[in-house]
Amino acid sequence: MNNYYTKETIDRFTNPKYLGEIKDADGVGKVGNPRCGDQMTVYIKVEKGKISDASFQTLGCAAAIATSDVVCEMAIGKKIEDAKNITEKDMIAKLEKLPAVKVHCSSLAIEGLKKAIENYENR
Amino acid sequence: MKKIYLDYASTTPIDKEVLKKAEPYLSSKFGNPSSLHSFGQEALFAIDNARKRVAKFLNSKEREVVFTPSATISNNLAIMGVLSGKSGAHAITSKIEHKAVIEPLSSSGAEVIKVGANRDGIIRVEDIRKAIREETALISIMYVNSEIGTIQKIREIGEMIEEVNKERKNKIIFHTDAVQAVNYLSCDVKELKVDLLTLSGHKIYGPKGVGALFVREGVALSPSIFGASQEKGLSPGTENIFAIAGLGFAIEEIERSDNREIKRLREKLINGVLSSVSGSKLNGSREERILNNANFSFEGVEGESLLIALDMEGIAASTGSACASSSLSPSSVLLAIGLSHEEAHSSLRVTLGRFTKEEEIDYFLEKLPPIVAKLRKIAGR
Repeated sequence: MNNYYTKETIDRFTNPKYLGEIKDADGVGKVGNPRCGDQMTVYIKVEKGKISDASFQTLGCAAAIATSDVVCEMAIGKKIEDAKNITEKDMIAKLEKLPAVKVHCSSLAIEGLKKAIENYENR
Repeated sequence: MKKIYLDYASTTPIDKEVLKKAEPYLSSKFGNPSSLHSFGQEALFAIDNARKRVAKFLNSKEREVVFTPSATISNNLAIMGVLSGKSGAHAITSKIEHKAVIEPLSSSGAEVIKVGANRDGIIRVEDIRKAIREETALISIMYVNSEIGTIQKIREIGEMIEEVNKERKNKIIFHTDAVQAVNYLSCDVKELKVDLLTLSGHKIYGPKGVGALFVREGVALSPSIFGASQEKGLSPGTENIFAIAGLGFAIEEIERSDNREIKRLREKLINGVLSSVSGSKLNGSREERILNNANFSFEGVEGESLLIALDMEGIAASTGSACASSSLSPSSVLLAIGLSHEEAHSSLRVTLGRFTKEEEIDYFLEKLPPIVAKLRKIAGR
C-alpha cells in the first residue's frame, strides 16, 4: 500500500505502545529538530539504576513517531549507562529500514532519551 | 478499502477518451515524424493536429506552440532561452513561484528580484512595476499558485508590462507558468498579454511526459539542448507522439467540462473542515483562488503524519511540511505569505478534480477530524 515506510514503521505510527505523559516521571527530555521542526518529549521512570518505564509525546512525521516508540521500547529494562548507548542503527533495525531523508528522526529520538536521562541525573 | 484521490494539483488520471484517441500512436501509428514516408507523415500529422488544438485553446498561431517533454522543461526553455548569453541581465519573479521557475532563474546568472506576496497569497502588480529596471529582460509570474491555488493578476501584469515596453528599446519578456490554470481559467495569450506561457499534459487529464511552451512570434529563444531540429531546435529529440497527441486531445476536452460541481464540492470541503476541526485555518485567499484547491493548517499536527494517516484510510492529499520534502525545509510559498514554520509544518493541500464525487468529500470530512484528534493526542496537544 505504501512503499515509503515499512509495515513495522506504519504499525508503530498507527498504534504506538509507549504514548503519553508519565506524570511522576524521574526524567523528562524535551527536544526539537531544528531542521524539520519536529518536537519530542521523552519521559522515563528509573528504579534501581534501570529504566523501568518510558513514554513519549511527539509532534512530527510518521518516522518521528515510530522512532519515538522504538526508543522507549528499547530503553525499558536497560541500565542507565546502557540506555545511553542505544544507536540509530539499532533503532532503524527495529523498523527494518527508514528512508534516507528520515534517518535524522531516529537521532532526535536518541537525543530525547539522552536528555531525559540527563534530567534524571541532574535531579 | 476505498481509494480517494484528492491530489489533482499533483497529477491527474488520463481521460479515457483521450487515451483511446492517442493510443494508436503508441502502437500502430509508430512512425518517426521526421521521416518522409507515410509512416512518418502520419505521425507528423498527429503533431500538427495537436498543435492546432493547443493554438486554438491559447488563441495563438500554430507556429507559436512548442512541444516539450514537461512543464519543467518548458520553464527552463523560457527562462534560459531569454537570459542565457545576456550578461548583466535582470529578471523579476515572485517569492511564491514553483522551483521549476526559481531554480532555472538562480542558475541563469541573471540578477533576480523576487517580489513578495501578501498574506492572501496575491502578488501586487505595483510591486512588480517598481522592481523593473533598465536591464530587466524577463518577468516570470505563475498564473495559479500550485500550493495555495491563488490566482495572480496575469492580465493586469501583462498590460502593465505592455505600457512599460512602449517606452523601452529592450523589451521585457513576460512569462507565466500556467500549469495549474489551464483547466479552469482563460489562457488566451492575446488577452493575458504574455510572451511565453507554460502548460503541462498530465495536469489536464492528458499523458505525462509532455508539456508545451507558447512562444510569441518575434520572441527569440536560445536553445540549451542541441543535436536535432525538432520543434524549431528548441526541443530537439524524436517527439513523444502519443503524449503530444494526448495533450492535444486533453486540451480540447477542457472547454467541454463543467466545473461548477467541483467548485460546489470544494466549498463543501472548506466549510466542513473549518467547522468540524478546531484550530484549523485556510491558507491563501478564499476568493482569489482556483476552484479546485483547498490548503489548510491544523494547529498541533504535523503534515506528513497527517498525510500518511489519511493515506491509510485511502485518501491521497499533499502537504507543505518540511518532513515531507527531500530538502527538509518547509514550503517556501507558505513561509512567503507569512505563515510561521509551525503553521507550514501543519499544512495539508487538498485538490479536487473532474472525477471527484460528493461521497468522497463526505468520506474525507468523516475521516479527518478523528485523525487530527489522534495526532494531537500523540503530540500531547
